[in-house]
Amino acid sequence: MTQGSGATIVDVASLVRSKNAGPFWITLDVFCDTDDAYDLVSAPGVVTQQRIADVYGVDPSFVRIFRLPELRVIKVSFPRRHPQGSVRDRDMHAGQQHIPLSRLPLSARMR
Amino acid sequence: MLRCTHIVGIMGHEPIAEAIRRGADVIVAGRATDSALIAAVPLLRSCPPGPTWHAAKTAECGALCTTEPRTGGVLATIDESGFTIEPLDPAAACTTRTVAAHMLYENADPFRMREPSGTLDTSEARYTQLDARRVRVEGSRFEPASPTMKLEGAAVAGYQTIAISGVRDPDVLADIGAWRATLVTFLADGIQRVLGYGSGDYHLELRTYGFDAVLGDLEPDTTPPREVGLVLLVTAGDQERATAIAKYANPYLLHWPTADMDHLPSFAFLSSPAETERGPIYEFVLQHSVSLDAPGELVRIEIDP
Repeated sequence: MTQGSGATIVDVASLVRSKNAGPFWITLDVFCDTDDAYDLVSAPGVVTQQRIADVYGVDPSFVRIFRLPELRVIKVSFPRRHPQGSVRDRDMHAGQQHIPLSRLPLSARMR
Repeated sequence: MLRCTHIVGIMGHEPIAEAIRRGADVIVAGRATDSALIAAVPLLRSCPPGPTWHAAKTAECGALCTTEPRTGGVLATIDESGFTIEPLDPAAACTTRTVAAHMLYENADPFRMREPSGTLDTSEARYTQLDARRVRVEGSRFEPASPTMKLEGAAVAGYQTIAISGVRDPDVLADIGAWRATLVTFLADGIQRVLGYGSGDYHLELRTYGFDAVLGDLEPDTTPPREVGLVLLVTAGDQERATAIAKYANPYLLHWPTADMDHLPSFAFLSSPAETERGPIYEFVLQHSVSLDAPGELVRIEIDP
């Protein structure tokens, strides 16, 4: 595990996952095993509406972010770019859409 | 809504409870919310709705709320002030984290979950570890609302024909994105020229599994892959057109070179003929809540004596 300046969410989280929340929304969960890891991931500037919009190609105003410190979880939900089953849908159950989130840098300054 | 070939309503617990009240031993139900199946009996026996709906949501996927998700079910015991949950498998455990985390699953909002008869609110829920395997949950609330039924509708998005090929040649894989782009451009021109179909008459994609098929333009890693599964997807208003386009693409899918190749490569088709007709494909187009005068208004109950 590296926590240097180049570290990303996947380096400190215990699990990052994605799934449909109904056929028109995607929801992503970041689980941390320790308070230290949670503090790094939930720090200001790491998971933001704009960053999520940038890496998922969605409108930032539709991005919902929930911080659950008791669970050491950050949850992110936004509307799917393409509804489930439509011709451009690449992931019917949105089970593999967590990768862009998992690669977000822990530094607020880095993109 | 007129495009929909299928519209399915999702019922709550009321029709299930009603069937039990009328003496049903076994219920073959249409689509219902996962939680409604579990909530029906406790609500029928006057358990409080907050703990009941929260227990039902937590138990909906069995052992998914335990430390051993692949084991069997869970036992939830509901009383006046909350519920207690434990796994059936002695080797598994419920922990405050595994139980609380289940509200996150397939749910856009981690604290609120809409049911046909109201909304479960777990924002004030408290999770207590009773012992190594059992968790106590108190403080869950249920906000009753006038009854609704959610409708989900699917429509035909087109008729699809696919072909699958494999690419292992490192000279092609070195810049598979550029190779794919030139092929797609060539195919669009040829389909117009030879078959007379413009870009609005069909949808064609070449998905490169092993490179960027899952994330598409969101893929952050552009490292050349070792091997790619190339999937041609052609979707059109009827099957004949989709297949005609896929058959037109076939020889190019087999032999398309890179810009600096002086020979025609051959790629690895999965099958011959390469094309597979998938028939109609469906997309979700409708999600709508209908306001009801009574919870069972859109549900038929038939009892076999």
